[in-house]
Amino acid sequence: MRLSAAEVAHVGRLARLELSEEELDCFAGQLSAILEHVETMGRLDVSGVAPLSHPAELRNVLRADEPRPCLAREDVLAAAPAAEDGRFAVPRVLGEEP
Amino acid sequence: MSGWEVVVGLEVHAELSTATKLFCGCPNRFGAEPNTLVCPVCLGLPGSLPVLNRRAVELAMRIGKALHCDIRPSRFHRKNYFYPDMPKDYQISQYDEPVNVGGYLDLPGGRRIGIERAHLEEDTGKTTHLGGGGRIHGAERALVDYNRAGVPLVEIVSRPDIRGAEEARAYVAELRDVLVATGVSDGRMEEGSLRVDANVSVRREGTGELGTRCEVKNLNSLRSLGRAIEHEAARQVALLEAGGEVVQETRHWNEDEGRTSSMRSKEESHDYRYFAEPDLVALVPDEQLLEAAGAGMPLLPAERRLRLAELLAPRGGDVPAGAADQIVTVVSLGLDDLVVAAAAAGADVRLALARAANEAARAPEAARGLDPAAFAALVRMEAAGRLSATQSKSVLSELIEHGGDPAEVAGRLGFEGLGDDALEAAVEAVVAAHPEEWDRFVGGEEKLAQFLLGQVMRSTGGRADGKAVAALLAKRRQGAPAEPGSRR
Ligand SMILES: [Zn+2]
Repeated sequence: MRLSAAEVAHVGRLARLELSEEELDCFAGQLSAILEHVETMGRLDVSGVAPLSHPAELRNVLRADEPRPCLAREDVLAAAPAAEDGRFAVPRVLGEEP
Repeated sequence: MSGWEVVVGLEVHAELSTATKLFCGCPNRFGAEPNTLVCPVCLGLPGSLPVLNRRAVELAMRIGKALHCDIRPSRFHRKNYFYPDMPKDYQISQYDEPVNVGGYLDLPGGRRIGIERAHLEEDTGKTTHLGGGGRIHGAERALVDYNRAGVPLVEIVSRPDIRGAEEARAYVAELRDVLVATGVSDGRMEEGSLRVDANVSVRREGTGELGTRCEVKNLNSLRSLGRAIEHEAARQVALLEAGGEVVQETRHWNEDEGRTSSMRSKEESHDYRYFAEPDLVALVPDEQLLEAAGAGMPLLPAERRLRLAELLAPRGGDVPAGAADQIVTVVSLGLDDLVVAAAAAGADVRLALARAANEAARAPEAARGLDPAAFAALVRMEAAGRLSATQSKSVLSELIEHGGDPAEVAGRLGFEGLGDDALEAAVEAVVAAHPEEWDRFVGGEEKLAQFLLGQVMRSTGGRADGKAVAALLAKRRQGAPAEPGSRR
Protein backbone atom coordinates (compact mmCIF):
# COMPACT_ATOMS: atom_id res chain seq x y z
CA MET A 1 0.00 0.00 0.00
CA ARG A 2 1.36 3.39 -1.06
CA LEU A 3 0.72 6.34 1.21
CA SER A 4 0.14 9.66 -0.53
CA ALA A 5 1.82 12.86 0.59
CA ALA A 6 -1.64 14.12 1.64
CA GLU A 7 -2.16 11.11 3.92
CA VAL A 8 1.22 11.64 5.51
CA ALA A 9 0.39 15.31 6.02
CA HIS A 10 -2.88 14.28 7.72
CA VAL A 11 -1.14 11.83 10.07
CA GLY A 12 1.51 14.48 10.72
CA ARG A 13 -1.13 17.02 11.67
CA LEU A 14 -2.76 14.55 14.08
CA ALA A 15 0.63 14.13 15.74
CA ARG A 16 1.17 17.91 15.71
CA LEU A 17 4.18 17.62 13.42
CA GLU A 18 5.01 20.32 10.93
CA LEU A 19 6.44 18.65 7.83
CA SER A 20 8.10 20.23 4.79
CA GLU A 21 7.42 19.06 1.21
CA GLU A 22 10.67 17.11 1.16
CA GLU A 23 9.88 15.49 4.50
CA LEU A 24 6.40 14.51 3.30
CA ASP A 25 7.93 12.73 0.28
CA CYS A 26 10.63 11.15 2.39
CA PHE A 27 8.20 9.84 5.05
CA ALA A 28 5.66 8.75 2.46
CA GLY A 29 8.33 6.46 1.03
CA GLN A 30 9.52 5.16 4.41
CA LEU A 31 6.03 4.63 5.86
CA SER A 32 4.88 2.90 2.67
CA ALA A 33 7.80 0.50 2.90
CA ILE A 34 6.82 -0.35 6.49
CA LEU A 35 3.18 -0.90 5.54
CA GLU A 36 4.14 -3.07 2.59
CA HIS A 37 6.37 -5.14 4.83
CA VAL A 38 3.54 -5.72 7.30
CA GLU A 39 1.17 -6.48 4.43
CA THR A 40 3.06 -9.68 3.66
CA MET A 41 1.20 -11.16 6.61
CA GLY A 42 -2.02 -10.60 4.70
CA ARG A 43 -1.07 -13.48 2.41
CA LEU A 44 -1.53 -15.98 5.24
CA ASP A 45 -4.75 -17.97 5.28
CA VAL A 46 -6.20 -17.31 8.76
CA SER A 47 -9.74 -18.44 8.00
CA GLY A 48 -9.55 -21.16 10.66
CA VAL A 49 -7.91 -19.00 13.34
CA ALA A 50 -9.96 -17.29 16.05
CA PRO A 51 -9.35 -13.53 16.46
CA LEU A 52 -6.88 -12.67 19.20
CA SER A 53 -7.42 -9.47 21.16
CA HIS A 54 -4.16 -9.65 23.07
CA PRO A 55 -1.00 -11.74 22.61
CA ALA A 56 -1.03 -12.64 26.31
CA GLU A 57 -4.00 -14.91 26.63
CA LEU A 58 -4.90 -13.59 30.04
CA ARG A 59 -8.27 -12.30 31.09
CA ASN A 60 -9.65 -10.30 34.01
CA VAL A 61 -6.41 -9.02 35.50
CA LEU A 62 -7.96 -6.91 38.24
CA ARG A 63 -6.93 -5.14 41.41
CA ALA A 64 -8.91 -4.53 44.61
CA ASP A 65 -10.51 -1.09 44.95
CA GLU A 66 -8.11 -0.01 47.70
CA PRO A 67 -6.41 3.40 47.86
CA ARG A 68 -2.67 3.65 47.58
CA PRO A 69 -0.41 6.58 48.41
CA CYS A 70 -0.29 9.44 45.90
CA LEU A 71 2.71 11.53 44.93
CA ALA A 72 3.54 14.72 46.80
CA ARG A 73 2.30 17.70 44.86
CA GLU A 74 5.57 19.65 45.09
CA ASP A 75 7.37 16.69 43.47
CA VAL A 76 4.75 16.40 40.76
CA LEU A 77 4.78 20.09 39.86
CA ALA A 78 8.59 20.30 40.10
CA ALA A 79 8.70 18.02 37.06
CA ALA A 80 6.44 20.34 35.04
CA PRO A 81 7.81 23.11 32.77
CA ALA A 82 5.43 25.55 34.44
CA ALA A 83 3.04 25.48 37.35
CA GLU A 84 0.64 27.98 38.84
CA ASP A 85 -1.77 27.82 41.73
CA GLY A 86 -1.03 24.15 42.45
CA ARG A 87 -1.76 23.24 38.83
CA PHE A 88 0.11 22.57 35.62
CA ALA A 89 0.30 25.66 33.44
CA VAL A 90 0.06 24.91 29.72
CA PRO A 91 0.16 27.16 26.66
CA ARG A 92 -3.01 28.59 25.27
CA VAL A 93 -5.30 25.97 23.83
CA LEU A 94 -6.89 26.37 20.42
CA GLY A 95 -10.33 24.90 19.89
CA GLU A 96 -9.03 21.39 20.06
CA GLU A 97 -10.97 19.84 22.85
CA PRO A 98 -11.62 16.12 22.40
CA MET B 1 -41.62 24.44 14.71
CA SER B 2 -44.91 22.87 13.68
CA GLY B 3 -44.55 20.10 11.16
CA TRP B 4 -41.13 19.17 12.55
CA GLU B 5 -40.07 16.38 14.84
CA VAL B 6 -37.09 16.80 17.17
CA VAL B 7 -34.94 13.67 17.48
CA VAL B 8 -32.49 13.37 20.34
CA GLY B 9 -29.90 10.80 21.37
CA LEU B 10 -28.09 11.35 24.66
CA GLU B 11 -24.62 10.42 25.84
CA VAL B 12 -24.52 10.41 29.61
CA HIS B 13 -21.19 10.15 31.42
CA ALA B 14 -21.55 8.89 34.97
CA GLU B 15 -18.66 8.86 37.41
CA LEU B 16 -18.65 5.62 39.35
CA SER B 17 -18.72 5.58 43.16
CA THR B 18 -15.49 3.67 43.66
CA ALA B 19 -12.87 4.31 46.34
CA THR B 20 -10.08 4.60 43.75
CA LYS B 21 -9.51 5.52 40.11
CA LEU B 22 -9.99 3.15 37.18
CA PHE B 23 -6.38 2.14 36.61
CA CYS B 24 -4.50 3.24 39.74
CA GLY B 25 -4.91 3.41 43.51
CA CYS B 26 -5.38 7.19 43.72
CA PRO B 27 -8.54 8.07 45.67
CA ASN B 28 -11.61 8.90 43.59
CA ARG B 29 -12.73 11.97 45.49
CA PHE B 30 -14.31 15.29 44.51
CA GLY B 31 -13.13 18.61 45.89
CA ALA B 32 -9.55 17.82 46.98
CA GLU B 33 -6.72 20.33 46.55
CA PRO B 34 -5.55 20.32 42.90
CA ASN B 35 -3.05 17.63 41.92
CA THR B 36 -2.99 15.93 45.31
CA LEU B 37 -4.72 12.75 44.03
CA VAL B 38 -2.20 11.78 41.38
CA CYS B 39 0.43 9.10 40.80
CA PRO B 40 2.70 7.95 37.96
CA VAL B 41 -0.14 5.99 36.31
CA CYS B 42 -2.72 8.78 36.07
CA LEU B 43 0.00 11.31 35.21
CA GLY B 44 1.11 9.06 32.37
CA LEU B 45 4.73 8.95 33.56
CA PRO B 46 7.02 6.66 31.55
CA GLY B 47 7.16 3.06 32.74
CA SER B 48 3.85 3.15 34.63
CA LEU B 49 1.21 0.53 33.85
CA PRO B 50 -2.56 0.55 34.34
CA VAL B 51 -4.29 -2.18 36.37
CA LEU B 52 -8.08 -2.37 36.12
CA ASN B 53 -10.17 -1.69 39.24
CA ARG B 54 -12.41 -4.69 40.03
CA ARG B 55 -15.09 -2.59 41.70
CA ALA B 56 -15.35 -0.27 38.68
CA VAL B 57 -15.95 -3.33 36.50
CA GLU B 58 -18.63 -4.60 38.87
CA LEU B 59 -20.38 -1.22 38.90
CA ALA B 60 -20.25 -0.97 35.10
CA MET B 61 -21.86 -4.41 34.87
CA ARG B 62 -24.40 -3.33 37.51
CA ILE B 63 -25.43 -0.51 35.17
CA GLY B 64 -25.70 -3.11 32.43
CA LYS B 65 -28.05 -5.16 34.58
CA ALA B 66 -30.16 -2.14 35.58
CA LEU B 67 -30.53 -1.10 31.94
CA HIS B 68 -31.30 -4.64 30.72
CA CYS B 69 -28.13 -4.76 28.58
CA ASP B 70 -26.29 -7.74 27.22
CA ILE B 71 -23.10 -7.89 29.34
CA ARG B 72 -20.33 -9.09 27.07
CA PRO B 73 -16.62 -9.86 26.86
CA SER B 74 -14.91 -6.55 26.22
CA ARG B 75 -11.55 -4.89 25.82
CA PHE B 76 -9.94 -1.47 26.02
CA HIS B 77 -8.64 0.87 23.33
CA ARG B 78 -6.54 3.98 23.28
CA LYS B 79 -8.31 7.06 21.97
CA ASN B 80 -5.52 9.34 20.82
CA TYR B 81 -5.76 13.11 20.90
CA PHE B 82 -3.70 16.10 21.90
CA TYR B 83 -5.20 18.11 24.67
CA PRO B 84 -3.63 18.83 28.05
CA ASP B 85 -6.48 17.24 30.04
CA MET B 86 -4.94 13.80 29.45
CA PRO B 87 -1.21 13.72 30.14
CA LYS B 88 -0.79 10.41 28.26
CA ASP B 89 -2.18 12.06 25.10
CA TYR B 90 -4.73 9.31 24.93
CA GLN B 91 -7.76 8.25 26.90
CA ILE B 92 -8.30 4.59 27.69
CA SER B 93 -11.83 3.74 26.62
CA GLN B 94 -13.84 0.91 25.14
CA TYR B 95 -14.42 1.06 21.43
CA ASP B 96 -15.68 -1.78 19.27
CA GLU B 97 -16.24 -4.24 22.11
CA PRO B 98 -17.96 -2.42 25.00
CA VAL B 99 -18.95 -4.20 28.19
CA ASN B 100 -22.70 -3.47 27.88
CA VAL B 101 -24.62 -3.64 24.60
CA GLY B 102 -28.31 -3.02 23.93
CA GLY B 103 -30.87 -2.45 26.64
CA TYR B 104 -33.54 0.07 27.53
CA LEU B 105 -34.84 2.53 30.08
CA ASP B 106 -38.57 2.90 30.81
CA LEU B 107 -39.67 6.47 31.48
CA PRO B 108 -42.44 7.36 33.99
CA GLY B 109 -44.75 8.37 31.14
CA GLY B 110 -44.57 4.83 29.76
CA ARG B 111 -42.14 5.44 26.87
CA ARG B 112 -39.25 2.99 26.45
CA ILE B 113 -35.92 4.49 25.33
CA GLY B 114 -33.39 2.14 23.77
CA ILE B 115 -29.81 1.99 25.07
CA GLU B 116 -27.14 1.50 22.42
CA ARG B 117 -24.24 0.74 24.73
CA ALA B 118 -22.75 1.56 28.12
CA HIS B 119 -18.99 1.34 28.24
CA LEU B 120 -16.15 1.92 30.70
CA GLU B 121 -13.59 4.66 30.27
CA GLU B 122 -11.40 6.98 32.29
CA ASP B 123 -12.28 10.58 33.02
CA THR B 124 -9.98 13.41 31.99
CA GLY B 125 -8.32 16.11 34.09
CA LYS B 126 -9.91 19.48 34.67
CA THR B 127 -8.69 22.42 32.60
CA THR B 128 -9.25 26.02 33.64
CA HIS B 129 -8.76 28.58 30.91
CA LEU B 130 -7.30 31.90 31.89
CA GLY B 131 -7.44 35.12 29.94
CA GLY B 132 -9.47 35.90 26.84
CA GLY B 133 -12.73 35.99 28.74
CA GLY B 134 -12.73 32.31 29.62
CA ARG B 135 -13.98 30.95 26.29
CA ILE B 136 -11.78 28.18 24.99
CA HIS B 137 -10.71 29.95 21.83
CA GLY B 138 -9.44 33.11 23.42
CA ALA B 139 -7.64 31.63 26.42
CA GLU B 140 -4.04 32.73 26.88
CA ARG B 141 -3.06 29.80 29.02
CA ALA B 142 -4.71 26.97 30.84
CA LEU B 143 -4.19 25.43 34.26
CA VAL B 144 -4.67 21.71 34.66
CA ASP B 145 -5.65 19.64 37.69
CA TYR B 146 -5.27 15.86 37.23
CA ASN B 147 -7.23 14.76 40.30
CA ARG B 148 -10.09 13.72 38.01
CA ALA B 149 -7.85 12.12 35.38
CA GLY B 150 -8.43 8.38 35.55
CA VAL B 151 -11.65 8.48 37.57
CA PRO B 152 -13.88 5.64 36.33
CA LEU B 153 -16.73 6.63 34.04
CA VAL B 154 -19.46 4.74 32.32
CA GLU B 155 -20.70 6.39 29.14
CA ILE B 156 -24.32 5.47 28.49
CA VAL B 157 -25.38 6.06 24.90
CA SER B 158 -29.08 6.10 24.10
CA ARG B 159 -30.61 5.33 20.74
CA PRO B 160 -32.08 8.35 18.94
CA ASP B 161 -35.42 7.46 20.51
CA ILE B 162 -35.92 10.65 22.50
CA ARG B 163 -38.42 13.15 21.13
CA GLY B 164 -37.80 16.69 22.28
CA ALA B 165 -36.50 18.60 25.27
CA GLU B 166 -39.02 17.47 27.84
CA GLU B 167 -38.47 13.79 27.16
CA ALA B 168 -34.69 14.33 27.25
CA ARG B 169 -35.02 15.79 30.73
CA ALA B 170 -37.26 12.93 31.81
CA TYR B 171 -34.72 10.41 30.47
CA VAL B 172 -31.79 11.96 32.32
CA ALA B 173 -33.81 12.33 35.53
CA GLU B 174 -34.87 8.67 35.33
CA LEU B 175 -31.35 7.49 34.49
CA ARG B 176 -29.97 9.49 37.40
CA ASP B 177 -32.55 7.91 39.74
CA VAL B 178 -31.49 4.47 38.52
CA LEU B 179 -27.79 5.20 39.02
CA VAL B 180 -28.36 6.60 42.49
CA ALA B 181 -30.77 3.84 43.55
CA THR B 182 -28.33 1.13 42.49
CA GLY B 183 -25.46 2.88 44.30
CA VAL B 184 -23.43 3.12 41.10
CA SER B 185 -22.96 6.90 41.09
CA ASP B 186 -23.95 9.85 43.24
CA GLY B 187 -25.56 11.41 40.14
CA ARG B 188 -24.64 14.99 41.07
CA MET B 189 -24.81 17.08 37.91
CA GLU B 190 -23.61 20.19 39.73
CA GLU B 191 -20.39 18.42 40.74
CA GLY B 192 -19.92 16.96 37.29
CA SER B 193 -20.42 13.35 38.32
CA LEU B 194 -23.20 13.19 35.72
CA ARG B 195 -22.55 14.92 32.40
CA VAL B 196 -24.71 14.96 29.32
CA ASP B 197 -24.04 15.56 25.64
CA ALA B 198 -27.03 15.74 23.29
CA ASN B 199 -27.16 14.67 19.65
CA VAL B 200 -29.94 16.77 18.17
CA SER B 201 -31.51 16.56 14.73
CA VAL B 202 -34.85 17.52 13.21
CA ARG B 203 -36.99 15.99 10.47
CA ARG B 204 -40.32 16.66 8.83
CA GLU B 205 -43.10 14.94 10.72
CA GLY B 206 -43.91 11.59 9.19
CA THR B 207 -40.42 11.06 7.73
CA GLY B 208 -38.60 7.96 8.83
CA GLU B 209 -35.10 9.06 7.95
CA LEU B 210 -32.92 10.82 10.50
CA GLY B 211 -31.72 14.36 9.78
CA THR B 212 -28.12 15.53 10.08
CA ARG B 213 -27.30 15.86 13.75
CA CYS B 214 -25.26 18.24 15.84
CA GLU B 215 -23.68 17.26 19.14
CA VAL B 216 -24.31 19.82 21.87
CA LYS B 217 -21.88 19.93 24.78
CA ASN B 218 -21.59 21.78 28.08
CA LEU B 219 -24.98 20.82 29.48
CA ASN B 220 -24.53 21.08 33.23
CA SER B 221 -28.10 20.81 34.45
CA LEU B 222 -31.46 19.43 33.40
CA ARG B 223 -32.48 23.02 32.71
CA SER B 224 -29.51 23.59 30.38
CA LEU B 225 -30.25 20.31 28.64
CA GLY B 226 -33.85 21.29 27.91
CA ARG B 227 -33.04 24.83 26.83
CA ALA B 228 -30.13 23.75 24.63
CA ILE B 229 -32.21 21.14 22.80
CA GLU B 230 -35.03 23.62 22.20
CA HIS B 231 -32.61 26.24 20.91
CA GLU B 232 -30.60 23.85 18.74
CA ALA B 233 -33.73 22.32 17.19
CA ALA B 234 -35.11 25.79 16.42
CA ARG B 235 -31.79 26.77 14.83
CA GLN B 236 -31.82 23.69 12.60
CA VAL B 237 -35.46 24.17 11.58
CA ALA B 238 -34.78 27.81 10.68
CA LEU B 239 -31.77 26.73 8.60
CA LEU B 240 -33.73 24.06 6.74
CA GLU B 241 -36.80 26.23 6.18
CA ALA B 242 -34.55 28.88 4.67
CA GLY B 243 -33.32 26.25 2.23
CA GLY B 244 -30.00 25.71 3.99
CA GLU B 245 -28.36 22.57 5.31
CA VAL B 246 -27.36 21.39 8.76
CA VAL B 247 -23.64 20.71 9.02
CA GLN B 248 -22.67 17.85 11.30
CA GLU B 249 -20.53 19.40 14.02
CA THR B 250 -20.04 19.82 17.73
CA ARG B 251 -21.63 22.88 19.28
CA HIS B 252 -21.07 24.51 22.63
CA TRP B 253 -24.05 25.56 24.75
CA ASN B 254 -23.68 28.96 26.33
CA GLU B 255 -26.07 29.12 29.26
CA ASP B 256 -25.78 32.89 29.73
CA GLU B 257 -26.40 33.73 26.09
CA GLY B 258 -28.97 30.97 25.70
CA ARG B 259 -27.55 29.71 22.42
CA THR B 260 -25.22 27.15 20.89
CA SER B 261 -22.15 28.00 18.84
CA SER B 262 -19.80 25.97 16.68
CA MET B 263 -17.00 24.62 18.82
CA ARG B 264 -14.28 23.08 16.74
CA SER B 265 -11.89 24.63 14.33
CA LYS B 266 -11.99 23.38 10.74
CA GLU B 267 -8.74 21.54 11.23
CA GLU B 268 -10.22 19.52 14.06
CA SER B 269 -10.18 15.87 13.21
CA HIS B 270 -12.38 13.12 14.52
CA ASP B 271 -9.60 10.73 13.71
CA TYR B 272 -8.78 9.38 17.15
CA ARG B 273 -6.66 6.55 15.74
CA TYR B 274 -8.12 4.01 18.15
CA PHE B 275 -5.97 0.97 18.74
CA ALA B 276 -6.15 -1.87 21.24
CA GLU B 277 -4.59 -0.95 24.60
CA PRO B 278 -1.60 -3.30 24.84
CA ASP B 279 -1.22 -2.83 28.61
CA LEU B 280 -4.63 -4.28 29.46
CA VAL B 281 -6.02 -7.74 28.80
CA ALA B 282 -9.51 -8.90 27.89
CA LEU B 283 -12.37 -8.42 30.34
CA VAL B 284 -14.80 -11.32 30.54
CA PRO B 285 -17.99 -11.30 32.62
CA ASP B 286 -17.44 -14.39 34.76
CA GLU B 287 -19.78 -15.67 37.44
CA GLN B 288 -17.94 -13.92 40.25
CA LEU B 289 -18.09 -10.51 38.59
CA LEU B 290 -21.73 -10.86 37.58
CA GLU B 291 -22.72 -11.98 41.04
CA ALA B 292 -20.99 -9.00 42.64
CA ALA B 293 -22.55 -6.71 40.02
CA GLY B 294 -26.05 -7.85 40.89
CA ALA B 295 -25.58 -8.16 44.66
CA GLY B 296 -28.25 -6.36 46.68
CA MET B 297 -29.81 -4.91 43.55
CA PRO B 298 -32.72 -2.80 44.80
CA LEU B 299 -36.05 -2.41 43.06
CA LEU B 300 -35.57 0.02 40.18
CA PRO B 301 -37.68 3.19 39.96
CA ALA B 302 -39.87 1.72 37.21
CA GLU B 303 -40.54 -1.34 39.39
CA ARG B 304 -41.25 0.85 42.40
CA ARG B 305 -43.76 2.93 40.43
CA LEU B 306 -45.47 -0.25 39.35
CA ARG B 307 -45.56 -1.47 42.95
CA LEU B 308 -47.43 1.69 44.04
CA ALA B 309 -49.76 1.55 41.03
CA GLU B 310 -50.68 -2.02 41.94
CA LEU B 311 -51.40 -1.04 45.54
CA LEU B 312 -53.68 1.75 44.32
CA ALA B 313 -55.38 -0.22 41.60
CA PRO B 314 -55.21 -3.91 42.35
CA ARG B 315 -56.06 -6.37 39.59
CA GLY B 316 -54.74 -4.08 36.87
CA GLY B 317 -57.36 -1.34 37.19
CA ASP B 318 -56.64 2.27 36.35
CA VAL B 319 -54.66 4.40 38.76
CA PRO B 320 -56.95 7.15 40.12
CA ALA B 321 -56.67 10.55 38.44
CA GLY B 322 -53.92 12.67 39.93
CA ALA B 323 -52.20 9.69 41.49
CA ALA B 324 -49.87 8.94 38.57
CA ASP B 325 -47.92 12.19 39.03
CA GLN B 326 -47.84 11.63 42.77
CA ILE B 327 -46.37 8.16 42.20
CA VAL B 328 -43.59 9.64 40.05
CA THR B 329 -42.82 12.28 42.69
CA VAL B 330 -42.84 9.85 45.59
CA VAL B 331 -40.60 7.31 43.84
CA SER B 332 -38.20 9.95 42.59
CA LEU B 333 -37.81 11.30 46.13
CA GLY B 334 -37.41 7.84 47.63
CA LEU B 335 -40.55 8.16 49.77
CA ASP B 336 -42.36 5.16 48.30
CA ASP B 337 -41.24 2.83 51.07
CA LEU B 338 -43.34 4.93 53.47
CA VAL B 339 -46.44 4.43 51.34
CA VAL B 340 -45.80 0.72 50.98
CA ALA B 341 -45.31 0.37 54.75
CA ALA B 342 -48.49 2.34 55.41
CA ALA B 343 -50.41 0.10 53.02
CA ALA B 344 -49.01 -3.01 54.70
CA ALA B 345 -50.15 -1.62 58.06
CA GLY B 346 -53.67 -1.34 56.71
CA ALA B 347 -53.69 2.42 56.13
CA ASP B 348 -55.51 3.99 53.19
CA VAL B 349 -53.10 3.87 50.21
CA ARG B 350 -54.55 6.85 48.37
CA LEU B 351 -54.29 9.03 51.44
CA ALA B 352 -50.79 7.77 52.29
CA LEU B 353 -49.65 8.55 48.73
CA ALA B 354 -51.12 12.06 48.88
CA ARG B 355 -49.45 12.83 52.22
CA ALA B 356 -46.13 11.50 50.93
CA ALA B 357 -46.29 13.35 47.58
CA ASN B 358 -47.51 16.66 48.99
CA GLU B 359 -46.38 17.07 52.57
CA ALA B 360 -43.43 14.66 53.02
CA ALA B 361 -42.05 15.73 49.63
CA ARG B 362 -41.40 19.22 50.97
CA ALA B 363 -38.56 17.88 53.13
CA PRO B 364 -37.69 14.63 51.36
CA GLU B 365 -34.36 14.08 53.07
CA ALA B 366 -35.84 14.28 56.57
CA ALA B 367 -38.96 12.42 55.47
CA ARG B 368 -36.89 9.45 54.30
CA GLY B 369 -35.85 9.06 57.95
CA LEU B 370 -39.46 8.98 59.12
CA ASP B 371 -40.51 5.88 61.04
CA PRO B 372 -42.83 4.02 58.60
CA ALA B 373 -44.94 2.74 61.51
CA ALA B 374 -45.52 6.30 62.74
CA PHE B 375 -46.45 7.43 59.22
CA ALA B 376 -48.85 4.51 58.86
CA ALA B 377 -50.42 5.26 62.25
CA LEU B 378 -50.90 8.91 61.30
CA VAL B 379 -52.60 8.03 58.01
CA ARG B 380 -54.89 5.63 59.87
CA MET B 381 -55.80 8.33 62.39
CA GLU B 382 -56.66 10.74 59.60
CA ALA B 383 -58.62 8.16 57.61
CA ALA B 384 -60.58 7.23 60.74
CA GLY B 385 -61.51 10.85 61.27
CA ARG B 386 -59.57 11.26 64.49
CA LEU B 387 -57.62 14.09 62.84
CA SER B 388 -58.74 16.57 60.21
CA ALA B 389 -56.62 16.89 57.05
CA THR B 390 -55.12 20.15 58.32
CA GLN B 391 -54.33 18.63 61.70
CA SER B 392 -52.84 15.54 60.09
CA LYS B 393 -50.50 17.68 57.96
CA SER B 394 -49.30 19.57 61.04
CA VAL B 395 -48.66 16.33 62.91
CA LEU B 396 -46.80 14.95 59.88
CA SER B 397 -44.46 17.91 59.60
CA GLU B 398 -43.78 17.62 63.33
CA LEU B 399 -43.05 13.89 62.94
CA ILE B 400 -40.71 14.57 60.02
CA GLU B 401 -38.85 17.21 61.97
CA HIS B 402 -38.64 15.60 65.40
CA GLY B 403 -39.99 12.08 65.13
CA GLY B 404 -42.26 10.63 67.83
CA ASP B 405 -45.64 8.97 68.12
CA PRO B 406 -48.44 10.57 66.07
CA ALA B 407 -51.10 10.19 68.79
CA GLU B 408 -48.78 11.76 71.33
CA VAL B 409 -47.82 14.58 68.93
CA ALA B 410 -51.47 15.21 68.08
CA GLY B 411 -52.24 15.40 71.79
CA ARG B 412 -49.38 17.80 72.41
CA LEU B 413 -50.60 20.02 69.58
CA GLY B 414 -54.05 19.99 71.20
CA PHE B 415 -55.64 18.18 68.27
CA GLU B 416 -56.89 15.11 70.03
CA GLY B 417 -60.02 16.38 71.75
CA LEU B 418 -61.41 12.88 71.49
CA GLY B 419 -59.59 10.84 74.07
CA ASP B 420 -61.38 7.81 75.47
CA ASP B 421 -63.29 9.94 77.99
CA ALA B 422 -64.48 12.43 75.39
CA LEU B 423 -65.54 9.60 73.11
CA GLU B 424 -67.49 7.91 75.88
CA ALA B 425 -69.17 11.19 76.73
CA ALA B 426 -70.12 11.67 73.07
CA VAL B 427 -71.63 8.17 72.91
CA GLU B 428 -73.52 8.74 76.15
CA ALA B 429 -74.93 12.02 74.83
CA VAL B 430 -76.15 10.34 71.64
CA VAL B 431 -77.77 7.49 73.58
CA ALA B 432 -79.52 10.00 75.81
CA ALA B 433 -80.73 12.02 72.82
CA HIS B 434 -82.10 9.00 70.91
CA PRO B 435 -83.72 6.72 73.51
CA GLU B 436 -86.00 4.92 71.05
CA GLU B 437 -83.27 4.07 68.61
CA TRP B 438 -81.05 2.93 71.45
CA ASP B 439 -83.74 0.61 72.80
CA ARG B 440 -84.26 -0.95 69.38
CA PHE B 441 -80.50 -1.44 69.08
CA VAL B 442 -80.41 -3.10 72.49
CA GLY B 443 -83.33 -5.20 71.36
CA GLY B 444 -81.21 -6.59 68.53
CA GLU B 445 -81.86 -4.29 65.56
CA GLU B 446 -78.34 -4.22 64.18
CA LYS B 447 -79.04 -1.62 61.53
CA LEU B 448 -79.52 0.93 64.29
CA ALA B 449 -75.76 0.64 64.99
CA GLN B 450 -75.15 2.61 61.82
CA PHE B 451 -77.60 5.29 62.86
CA LEU B 452 -76.06 5.70 66.31
CA LEU B 453 -72.54 5.69 64.90
CA GLY B 454 -73.54 8.38 62.41
CA GLN B 455 -74.93 10.53 65.22
CA VAL B 456 -71.65 10.23 67.17
CA MET B 457 -69.64 11.10 64.10
CA ARG B 458 -71.86 14.11 63.49
CA SER B 459 -71.67 15.37 67.06
CA THR B 460 -67.86 15.04 67.06
CA GLY B 461 -67.40 16.75 63.74
CA GLY B 462 -66.13 13.55 62.18
CA ARG B 463 -63.17 13.30 64.52
CA ALA B 464 -64.25 10.10 66.24
CA ASP B 465 -62.72 6.79 65.24
CA GLY B 466 -65.59 4.76 63.82
CA LYS B 467 -64.24 1.46 65.05
CA ALA B 468 -63.85 2.77 68.56
CA VAL B 469 -67.42 4.12 68.57
CA ALA B 470 -68.81 0.79 67.36
CA ALA B 471 -66.89 -0.99 70.12
CA LEU B 472 -68.21 1.41 72.75
CA LEU B 473 -71.80 0.95 71.54
CA ALA B 474 -71.43 -2.82 71.66
CA LYS B 475 -69.90 -2.72 75.11
CA ARG B 476 -72.66 -0.43 76.37
CA ARG B 477 -75.35 -2.72 74.99
CA GLN B 478 -73.88 -5.73 76.78
CA GLY B 479 -74.10 -3.86 80.07
CA ALA B 480 -77.66 -2.61 79.40
CA PRO B 481 -80.78 -4.36 80.79
CA ALA B 482 -82.55 -6.27 78.04
CA GLU B 483 -86.14 -5.18 78.76
CA PRO B 484 -87.35 -2.11 76.97
CA GLY B 485 -88.16 1.04 78.87
CA SER B 486 -85.79 0.39 81.73
CA ARG B 487 -82.76 2.18 80.39
CA ARG B 488 -80.32 3.68 82.86
ZN1 LIG C 1 -3.14 7.69 40.05
